[in-house]
Amino acid sequence: MAKPSNEAFFWMLFSAGGVVAALLIPVQLFLFFIAFPLGWLQAPSHDSLISLVRMPLVRIYLFILCSLPLFHWAHRFRYTLYDGLKVKHLTGLIFVLCYGGAVVGTAIAACLLWTI
Amino acid sequence: MMNEDAGKSAPGYTPFHPRWYRPHVSVYWWLGEWHYLKFILRELSSVAVAFFVIETLFMLSALHEGPEAYAHFQAVLRNPLVVLINIISFLFVVFHTITWFNLAPSAMPVRMGGKKLPEALVAAPSYVAWVVISAIVCWIVLH
Amino acid sequence: MMADKITLEIARYSPEHDQEPHFQSFEVPVHKEWVVLDALNHIKDTVDGTLTYRWSCRMGICGSCGMMVNGEPKLTCATFLSSYAKNGEKIRVEPLRYFPIVRDLVTELSDFLAKLKKVKPWLLPKDEPPLAQGEFLQTPEQVDRYKQFSMCINCTLCYAACPVVGLDPVFVGPAAIALAQRYNMDSRDQGAGERTAILAHPDGVWGCTFVGECTRVCPKHVDPAGAIQQYKIAAVLDWLKSFVAPRGA
Repeated sequence: MAKPSNEAFFWMLFSAGGVVAALLIPVQLFLFFIAFPLGWLQAPSHDSLISLVRMPLVRIYLFILCSLPLFHWAHRFRYTLYDGLKVKHLTGLIFVLCYGGAVVGTAIAACLLWTI
Repeated sequence: MMNEDAGKSAPGYTPFHPRWYRPHVSVYWWLGEWHYLKFILRELSSVAVAFFVIETLFMLSALHEGPEAYAHFQAVLRNPLVVLINIISFLFVVFHTITWFNLAPSAMPVRMGGKKLPEALVAAPSYVAWVVISAIVCWIVLH
Repeated sequence: MMADKITLEIARYSPEHDQEPHFQSFEVPVHKEWVVLDALNHIKDTVDGTLTYRWSCRMGICGSCGMMVNGEPKLTCATFLSSYAKNGEKIRVEPLRYFPIVRDLVTELSDFLAKLKKVKPWLLPKDEPPLAQGEFLQTPEQVDRYKQFSMCINCTLCYAACPVVGLDPVFVGPAAIALAQRYNMDSRDQGAGERTAILAHPDGVWGCTFVGECTRVCPKHVDPAGAIQQYKIAAVLDWLKSFVAPRGA
């Protein structure tokens, strides 16, 4: 029996990221990047927000929020480039740019959430 | 009636081998139909997802630097162009959520009593979870 | 009030004379019960005998008469003239998209048939039970697991709808994957392992980006998109298992 292609792994990350993005990003985006800047809701002060973010469970939540959706983007965008721009022949470069980008973003998230 | 000269008119044609026409698929195929365009917009929602992550990382970084950096970041967020981009991103992200929940039941059909449950019924709990989780996040952030 | 005539613009391509397809217009009477296939037969019988197209059962079960009608993949035996006549529309008939064209409305299907053969759409039992044991027995529940995917009539409308088929000639395609899944889900089959190489492959299910057009146009409601996504999940579980359980020879 042949081993299934490793594409299965990237699709798995895409799906996990898709679920996280679907459930969490709308409310997070709405609160922090629309409602607070427009004054529709009272934005938390720097001190209260940073003490919230420093809680271990919140650090983990934020790490998941900032890493899995990036892998969701990487996989989806990679295939959109293949099909939308017909550049499948550049597959090696696209692979590195997309998943590489997701890895870099995840690393930055990890550093920030470790030291904040 | 067979025309013996018919074969000589089109180059590459020989009387015993058909010359198939191979249509070319344009790189603008996705503009040709509304269903294709809707699909590409759904795929492009992933860019809004990535944008959200990036701006969240910037926000965390500003938060870490201190109250002044955070206040400066909030001022940037109030810029009308930034607000517009965020509103557009929000619409794309909600589009992602709705299409995701509506499509997931085809990937994971739920069988009860030997039959497949209707997809709308399988999608409903995801929407409920979305509302509940969003409410919890709001409560935690705003308390 | 419905018009009594309707114009059909039909794609013509003659490999002997033409470099590329062109359209030819025909006027056809509108009868209440006529479908596009009836119009094509009328043209071939009374106007232009050289019009070339495939058809057979004229009742939506053989899968021969698939064509693009006003840009949509349709079975011409199931597409009524009256739906277009009542809007005063013309009807544009073209061969199914994303296939090479042999002549007029006839597409070249050998690539599709090769892909179909590669997925081994037949029962692959591990051990053939002796005849004396009698028939295979299946509960209604066991039948229900694969029945929907078994309704495929190989009409290739889904291939004409799928942009990945058009963009990537090696993509196995909706019907072939749905039929493979039909056998994977059949309790009499133990051949899923033999189908892994072609399905759990970049040119197999991973090329699919769930556009969903295949399911939308399928005249038999097979839901090939659903079959493909279900296989993706099975392939992920398979991939995870491959790290835990060592494979046999």
